[in-house]
Amino acid sequence: MAQVQLNAVCKSYVLKTPIISDANITINDGEFMVLVGPSGSGKSTILRMIAGLETITSGEILIDGKIVTRLHPKDRDIAMVFQDYALYPHMSVYDNMAFSLKSKKYSKAIVKKRVLEAAEILDLTQLLTRKPKSLSGGQRQRVAVGRAIVRQPKVFLFDEPLSNLDAKLRTQMRLELKRLHSYLKATIIYVTHDQTEAMTLGNKITVLDHGIVQQIDTPLNIYNNPANKFVASFLGSPPINFFDSTIVFKNNNLYISNNTWEMVVPEKFKSIFSNLSSPIKIIVGVRPEDIFEFDDSSETQSDIHFNATVDVVETLGAEVVCSLQSEAGPIQMRISDKKHVMSYSGKVNKTKKLTFDMEQMLMFDPHTGNNLLLKPSS
Amino acid sequence: MTQLILGKKKKSILYLILIFGLGLTLFPFLWMISTSFKPENAIFIKTLNLLPDNFTLEHYFKLFNEINFGKHFINSLMVSLGITIFGLVINSMAAYAFAKINFPRKNRLFILLLITMMVPMQTTMIPSFYILKQLGLLNTFSGLIIPAGASVYGIFLIRQFMLSIPNSLIEAARIDGCSEWYIFWKIVIPLSRPVLATMTIFTFLSAWNEFLFPLIILREEAKYTLPLALATLNGQFNTDWGLLMAGSVVIIIPVIIVFLLVQKHYIKGLTAGSVKG
Repeated sequence: MAQVQLNAVCKSYVLKTPIISDANITINDGEFMVLVGPSGSGKSTILRMIAGLETITSGEILIDGKIVTRLHPKDRDIAMVFQDYALYPHMSVYDNMAFSLKSKKYSKAIVKKRVLEAAEILDLTQLLTRKPKSLSGGQRQRVAVGRAIVRQPKVFLFDEPLSNLDAKLRTQMRLELKRLHSYLKATIIYVTHDQTEAMTLGNKITVLDHGIVQQIDTPLNIYNNPANKFVASFLGSPPINFFDSTIVFKNNNLYISNNTWEMVVPEKFKSIFSNLSSPIKIIVGVRPEDIFEFDDSSETQSDIHFNATVDVVETLGAEVVCSLQSEAGPIQMRISDKKHVMSYSGKVNKTKKLTFDMEQMLMFDPHTGNNLLLKPSS
Repeated sequence: MTQLILGKKKKSILYLILIFGLGLTLFPFLWMISTSFKPENAIFIKTLNLLPDNFTLEHYFKLFNEINFGKHFINSLMVSLGITIFGLVINSMAAYAFAKINFPRKNRLFILLLITMMVPMQTTMIPSFYILKQLGLLNTFSGLIIPAGASVYGIFLIRQFMLSIPNSLIEAARIDGCSEWYIFWKIVIPLSRPVLATMTIFTFLSAWNEFLFPLIILREEAKYTLPLALATLNGQFNTDWGLLMAGSVVIIIPVIIVFLLVQKHYIKGLTAGSVKG
């Protein structure tokens, strides 16, 4: 197993239009790193560059401390699982898994031992004589993983391996992959556009947009302290709510205000605006689960509340996702309290009095999109 | 598959037309076979008689004993098999490079190759002749096999098929540690079997029937391929029709055998790529 390092990696097909710009990513030994981003963000390109299937324009890639930038894929000691599985259709499951070892002229005994071991781990022993076309999607996926395991490579690369599976199977395979990672203790780099996969699988997540690394951190840190507006909106479902607001100084205090509400800036944000001379615009971000109904009777309530009209209610059983219209813009809230779930079903067009948890609130610069609480990474 | 549903009347009409077409196509062949078994004097009688009254094998005996058709048959077989095998190897390798390996100016080179298809074979005949003469390959089978090996049409056909093989298969094999050569033999060739079968038939048939090029290259009668040998039977003043027909029958037998052997793949190959399976 090994560490993978990308140092100032750039990639461009045509001059001046970079696909990847200045990517610095370190994946530690035994880490499960998820590269996540919308389509076209360059996550697959980064994976393919690590694999050696794409050349890089500048920078260097190190695997286990060795520069591999100019090495052929076969000399990098990596294994890759493809989105379409890439099983050899004319070979049996056994031959598919044994193929790479055979091509490297391993002895028959070793090939057999390793393939049977991998088949055992992945529960494929019954299927070894079958051809890929007679397997289900989930089984094919397991064969593709098995083919990577028998290699015993330094690094595993996964390119959206679950996106061709149906939702139920995907959840199941996600568990199996996680189990496999703790069993193999392997370095894994995993590409996905699915934020649920990213959050659940990764030890660490790299969020990409337009070929630029936005943030690298643990899933929880990224969720709670997103580096910028893009990261905040990309992770989390339903997405975070944004409210255009202004910071003003009056009555010896700082206020956040917009056309719907006005409130005192919470303590932790105050240092950012310590030398405020004129009102400045900011964007307030509030996660859907931090919005809830205002309760007049409660004493520990915040000093903020506003009205919103229920527009659409999506009932998911254990929780309800509710879209509302307010003067500050559309709002999405998530209610997972059982009592409230019942009360929201079918209450379209009712007006609700809402409030949110100010401690969880995020603030972004409207121009750069950066999270005001975090120092820009540069 | 949608099924063609027709009324009984329409169906009968359809079958009548088909039977008529079949007869039209098949009749010359039947006549050829029938003539090859007729004695000399029965060939030109005016009544149409497909089943000869006096069945004879004299033409066949003459063909193999006096004209040494067996030798020509073997010549033809060697040349045709040589061209087919050599061609399959060369064309599939070129097709793989054009389909799956990235190199600079790949597509331009390919278009250039396609353009050469517009050049009629007759215009390159004299230069080819000179080149073969310089190489000392005149009047040899190698002189027939080597120029016929690389075929643009073959490269094009195989390339189109190979384009349909997913790139990820080849990338997976590259990561798995295979050399290009290993990928080619163990993955690409087995997956290209339908198109290779199609190519086998095309190449074998055209090589088997080729007349003009062997006529130029081969000088010695002992080296003549079947079409050349057949042509010698067609005399300037009189033609032994029985003998000519017997020769024609001998020529078409391998063609039918080859077709029957690979027709399943052949039909698959022709429709391959039309529908993504």
